[in-house]
Amino acid sequence: MSEILLSLKNVETRIGPYHILHGVDLDVPKGSATMLLGRNGAGKTTTVRTIMNLWRASAGTIHFDGRDITNLETPDVARLGIGYVPETMGIFADLTIAENMRLAAFSGKIDTQRLERIFTMFPAIKRFWLARAGTLSGGQKQMLSIARAIVEPRRLLIIDEPTKGLAPAIVGNMVPIFRDLKQSGVTILMIEQNFAFANAIGDHVAVMDDGKVVHAGTMAELADNEAIQRRLLGLSMASHQ
Amino acid sequence: MSILSGDSPRSRLLAAAIILLVLGLAIAPFAFSSARTMNTAAKILVFIVLVASYDLILGFAGIISFAHTMFFGIGAYGVAIAMSRMEPGWIALATGSVAALAVSAVLATIIGLFSLRVRTVFFAMITLAVATAFTTAASQLSDWTGGEDGISFKMPAIFQPSFRLFEQPVLGLNVNGRVLSYYFIFVCTIALFLLMLRIVNSPFGRVLQAIRENSFRAEAVGYRTIVYRTLANVLAAMFAACAGILMAIWLRYNGPDTTLSLEIMIDILLMTVIGGMGTLYGAIVGATLFMVAQTYLQDVMALVSGATGHIPLLSNIVHPDRWLLWLGVLFILSVYYFPQGIVGSLRDRAKR
Repeated sequence: MSEILLSLKNVETRIGPYHILHGVDLDVPKGSATMLLGRNGAGKTTTVRTIMNLWRASAGTIHFDGRDITNLETPDVARLGIGYVPETMGIFADLTIAENMRLAAFSGKIDTQRLERIFTMFPAIKRFWLARAGTLSGGQKQMLSIARAIVEPRRLLIIDEPTKGLAPAIVGNMVPIFRDLKQSGVTILMIEQNFAFANAIGDHVAVMDDGKVVHAGTMAELADNEAIQRRLLGLSMASHQ
Repeated sequence: MSILSGDSPRSRLLAAAIILLVLGLAIAPFAFSSARTMNTAAKILVFIVLVASYDLILGFAGIISFAHTMFFGIGAYGVAIAMSRMEPGWIALATGSVAALAVSAVLATIIGLFSLRVRTVFFAMITLAVATAFTTAASQLSDWTGGEDGISFKMPAIFQPSFRLFEQPVLGLNVNGRVLSYYFIFVCTIALFLLMLRIVNSPFGRVLQAIRENSFRAEAVGYRTIVYRTLANVLAAMFAACAGILMAIWLRYNGPDTTLSLEIMIDILLMTVIGGMGTLYGAIVGATLFMVAQTYLQDVMALVSGATGHIPLLSNIVHPDRWLLWLGVLFILSVYYFPQGIVGSLRDRAKR
């Protein structure tokens, strides 16, 4: 396995009286796409929110590129080069698309070449550059959310269900975008319920159940083994083709 | 557009109304000879700064504070104390102003860092408690503040009523110290408003708007929300202190009821909501409508009551003594028909 960029060891998270994560162990190799799969309520979103320290880990450690980030404040985690695209399309509806993008450019300016590349990936971003983000469609909001996360070079991109609620045609268009991102050297950790989409992008996979990672391996292994799919996920990938 | 920091009124009707209001305020001393009208115009200018500064935290940062009049009062007391204890000249005015701005900045930083981590409603309660404590302290420290009676003081010679800039009247107006005070306040108001417009349209202003919309999301993008919210609180406090300084220059007096009362705080809140939160231009519209209604509604009602004297019930309903009731009705109607404030509604209409 290649070098590990992000590593969670025995991470536990409690939200109020609820014990959500029961010792998550997860390794995300550098330069690849790791898919976080599992049934609803398995703890996937809590895991990525804990990585961002939006919810504090009550036990265990989180290391990013060898550095302990378990108790780092959320903005400091983000500024290490971790882009986070939340499940709810984390855009700022009152701001224009241009303002949303500039907000994520910490250096103050967006690199022109990078912006042109983003425009090629997401033509709608260019078309509605000065429109309020709240006026965009669901798919366009998701694209803006992803575009904003990559407006500056990121070392790790954490994406929570990018295909949720999107039309199949839009989902199909997103596959080459993520492959392109992967090729550019960005490490991706993605939560995904659409197994066909996950299979098209993922190199590695971690399956969660009841607040723990119950299976970790390559995506190809999981895709080839229908028995494991049924046991871990309750259905087979074939049914999602 | 650059003078407006790229943030135009975005509605022809609104642009025309603002131009008319600013022109009206610019020529007020020449157009209206009465002291009452000039007093109303000066107060409108002061409240434009005060309401815009409140919009900076309420409309742009989503912070509800009841301590805004405290900073307004600090500005006014800074000038009043310095002018009454030092030789009443420019040095005293500058000393009082700088001291007031420094005290406001320090207090706002302390309140922000200790209180902005809590939820909005608790922050509002903390600011209410601090403001009430400050008002009580201002009333009791009578050696410094003049207690309930307040402090009357002299201004630099150029702002005194006896000062004459020209021997002869200009366009029928004696350009005395009062007129010069008025234009000093007018110029300061324009400069402060444009500065606030620059701030809300800067990258800092955009981060504030992002925090207002979703603070967790803004943190995940990489912004320390507590730092930005505290900075917004400090800036708003300093602008409110500037409004207090201008108020003291105009009135040559300051007391608890003039700048610190909770009633003024509620007026500021109403002006912000009526004008339109998060627009800044709403401060111009809200402050003007409110001050004009507060000053002249009683006169209008006296006229209507006189004209309807032969209709017993109606003349009783519109009796000038009931002006506060009608002022309340007018505000309820304005909030009902303009839920986004007048500026927000006009901008919405312009989009269609």
